[in-house]
Amino acid sequence: MTARIGVVTFPGSLDDRDTQRAIRIAGAEPVALWHKDKDLKQVDAVVLCGGFSYGDYLRAGAIARFSPVMEPLIDQAKAGLPVLGICNGFQILTEAHLLPGAMLGNDHLHFICRDQKLRVENAETAWTTDYSAGQEIHIPLKNMDGRYVADDYTLDQLEAEGRVAFRYVARDGVADEHYNPNGSLRDIAGITNEAGNVVGLMPHPEHAVESLIGTGRTDGLPFFTSILKKLVTA
Amino acid sequence: MSRTPLDTVEHAAATPDVELPWAELGLKKDEYERVVEILGRRPTGAELAMYSVMWSEHCSYKSSKVHLRQFGEKAPQSDALLVGIGENAGVVDVGQGYAVTFKVESHNHPSYVEPYQGAATGVGGIVRDIIAMGARPVAVVDPLRFGAADHPDTKRVLPGVVAGIGGYGNCLGLPNIGGEVVFDACYQGNPLVNAGAIGVMRHEDIHLAKASGAGNKVILYGARTGGDGIGGASILASETFDDAKPSKRPAVQVGDPFQEKLLIECTLEAFAEKLVVGIQDLGAAGLSCATSELASNGSGGMRVTLDDVPLRDSTLSPEEILMSESQERMCAVVEPDKVERFLEICDKWDVIATVIGEVTDGDRLEIFWHGGKIVDVDPRTVAHDGPVYERPYARPDWQDALQADDAGKLPRPATSEELKDQVLKLVASPNQASKKWITSQYDHFVQGNTVLAQPEDSGMIRVDEESGLGVAIATDGNGRYAKLDPYTGAQLALAEAYRNVATTGAKPLAVSDCLNFGSPEDPAVMWQFAEAVRGLADGCLQLGTPVTGGNVSLYNQTGEAAIHPTPVVAVLGVIDDVARRTPVAFQEEGQLIYLLGDTREEFGGSAWSQVVHDHLGGLPPRVDLERERLLAEILISASRDGMIDSAHDLSDGGLVQAVVESALLGGKGARLIVPDGLDAFTFLFSESAGRAIVAVPRSEEVRFNDMCGARGLPATRIGVVDGDTVEIQGEFTLTLDELREAHESTIPSLLA
Repeated sequence: MTARIGVVTFPGSLDDRDTQRAIRIAGAEPVALWHKDKDLKQVDAVVLCGGFSYGDYLRAGAIARFSPVMEPLIDQAKAGLPVLGICNGFQILTEAHLLPGAMLGNDHLHFICRDQKLRVENAETAWTTDYSAGQEIHIPLKNMDGRYVADDYTLDQLEAEGRVAFRYVARDGVADEHYNPNGSLRDIAGITNEAGNVVGLMPHPEHAVESLIGTGRTDGLPFFTSILKKLVTA
Repeated sequence: MSRTPLDTVEHAAATPDVELPWAELGLKKDEYERVVEILGRRPTGAELAMYSVMWSEHCSYKSSKVHLRQFGEKAPQSDALLVGIGENAGVVDVGQGYAVTFKVESHNHPSYVEPYQGAATGVGGIVRDIIAMGARPVAVVDPLRFGAADHPDTKRVLPGVVAGIGGYGNCLGLPNIGGEVVFDACYQGNPLVNAGAIGVMRHEDIHLAKASGAGNKVILYGARTGGDGIGGASILASETFDDAKPSKRPAVQVGDPFQEKLLIECTLEAFAEKLVVGIQDLGAAGLSCATSELASNGSGGMRVTLDDVPLRDSTLSPEEILMSESQERMCAVVEPDKVERFLEICDKWDVIATVIGEVTDGDRLEIFWHGGKIVDVDPRTVAHDGPVYERPYARPDWQDALQADDAGKLPRPATSEELKDQVLKLVASPNQASKKWITSQYDHFVQGNTVLAQPEDSGMIRVDEESGLGVAIATDGNGRYAKLDPYTGAQLALAEAYRNVATTGAKPLAVSDCLNFGSPEDPAVMWQFAEAVRGLADGCLQLGTPVTGGNVSLYNQTGEAAIHPTPVVAVLGVIDDVARRTPVAFQEEGQLIYLLGDTREEFGGSAWSQVVHDHLGGLPPRVDLERERLLAEILISASRDGMIDSAHDLSDGGLVQAVVESALLGGKGARLIVPDGLDAFTFLFSESAGRAIVAVPRSEEVRFNDMCGARGLPATRIGVVDGDTVEIQGEFTLTLDELREAHESTIPSLLA
């Protein structure tokens, strides 16, 4: 039996089908969850995918955070359910206080879509064990509000506890002052909670799972194989 | 316009002498008289509103219709065409039971007035056309043209347009996979914002805009109706801007991409459950258009109660409700026993849906307001029997002088050093420079099926995950060529888009066009239009690619000065397996670079003549569509059989532009030799059509050469992929770093 991984569709979610495909390619079973669902259909893990839930009106993720599905999700995440928030999903997780900090508009004020180089800082979360710490990967990035911010105390704490999961880094041999795509503090691209079951990141691993599609890299697949291994061997 | 008492049909009949503001609404006197003749009485205010918007240039194609007929008359035999001109968008069979619908439209005038919203609602409108055919939208493309890159107003218009396209399309979850960005002073007061979209469906899911079956319900769903865009269609699209008139800013619609995303999902869910008999999106002319088109395309009449339309502004008059161009609205015709389920689906997606009327067994479109009948018309007279003009046209008297001003006589670089400087200047010029600053504001990845996106020659989307079936689309246009010779210019646009589809390995199938011209009331402009349409229709016939639909944008003119005639052509292609696609980038060092086709001394309208001499004159490159077809066949075969690893079409900027792009994208340089019989300058800068460069693995060289030889396509080995420089032997060497700096810094420094 394989693992069942839920993907929540909010009004305005965009990458739900793509995320389901990535889960399928990794060998797990995707389960569609609807934002009005009051239970999680007994899934083993959940992905909050990218998009513009509720049009990003008010503030990215601020309305979705109050959807019915979030109630059981928040409870179960606190009890250890693995949850991955990608882009808008990351924004929802911070709005729901499952992860600290917040996302502001990109410092250059434009939407940005590009292949982004990252360094894996924490390869021990539920979603990153198929990476190795220090590994450098390329994952597509696309967002308007991707600038991660938190107060210094929180940032110091994240660093001290190894909870910065991914950092933006410059491409090899290219002196690029803009390697940080949005002005995120301390180049933070993704973080984890203390227990390592909840991970949020701005780039889109579900867009890097097939060699023909998108950038043609498959550097995002280990997110989905990591969680599958954890769930199947658990 | 609200009057008391209510201007009902009875009231209109009883008060024949009431003066109506037909001129303010954009109707000419004879057009108004025609309305009176059709109705046998004066129109009501509501009827006048409907006729005025539906008979506007934008909706009725009254100046262009007589020419556009050629697309039907000269249509090539094609098994691929499932739905042709006249519906919301054409539909093409791409095999394996899949159908693809695609279309390009303009949103030029609104985008000049209000760049962000004008461009955003352009995307919204074209996407609704795609949904209305029954398809899931899978990608958008955006051919854009602006004034001079360094003009201060370009810095107002371009960032707004780009942010609007991105802001809307990104939020809909549609990858932006292609398009163009062109700068030319002729577009200063008239930027061209064309938007294209592609949708995919199964054959059996095709839907049409017609209301049939008496008793079936007419459901309006989506956003509430507000006061935005009132008169937009008739006023904004049909007049030139005139400083003396009051601001038209409020006439531009405001978009809500979130609402449109919900509309897409809920419409597709209703289609999946077979709940919809007929469907029409609300775009230009809003409800006037949707009701009259649905009714006139169906078998019966229609009765609508306007009081039931959900409003954003309760003070709107019935005329305003009929003319409103509020975005994100659709109209569906649904059988009575399926209405409940339809409304449930809308409710699931939090989309407001209201039954506003029903199909009748008569042949009249009747609209009621507060119990009174305010419209009683034959819908065909509104939707299809608008005026048709045979506008006078004449070859402009300056055309001969323009063509005589041969670009071939311009001074050419005298030394290798000068040649090198001009190459650097060319690849750094705004039109030839990298557009990454712009395209990186668009999502390319969403939906997870993007195989190729700009700056590739065509965008490519996977349609079927199992088989690898995919579609490709390219849009091209060159106003400079078309100015020199509109007939040839239109064919060059077609040829380039056709070639761009083929260089990626896809087989060109069908065409959509967006015809951007100046005022049809100017005989010179009308001649350009007539020539361009004739050229395009002849070209499509010869290439076997039918025109499936498109759009005409006239009055792109500031005062006496019209834009260059700018036919933009989109070609759709199909590829059996996207794994066989051919990218632009050089893949591997040591591969052999071949130039396919013939290079002549052709510099009229060229990028070189513009960049180096600021010159436009002479004749555009010659067109040989049989050669284009052969080149395409070779490119497709070579891609399918693994004989080439990269390919790039040659067009504006010539060979050197193409080589530099392939080198920079691949991060691999090239060593080139000027072939026998050509001088270095012509080799690098000529814009002869029907050409491409390909990179051939050494192991495939014999096979590739044999194929080209057997089919009679000139193939010249011109060099090898190598190192980190572009070297023209005996002339100059440029490092990739130098080229990248030149090519990539121009646009950010002008606009960021």
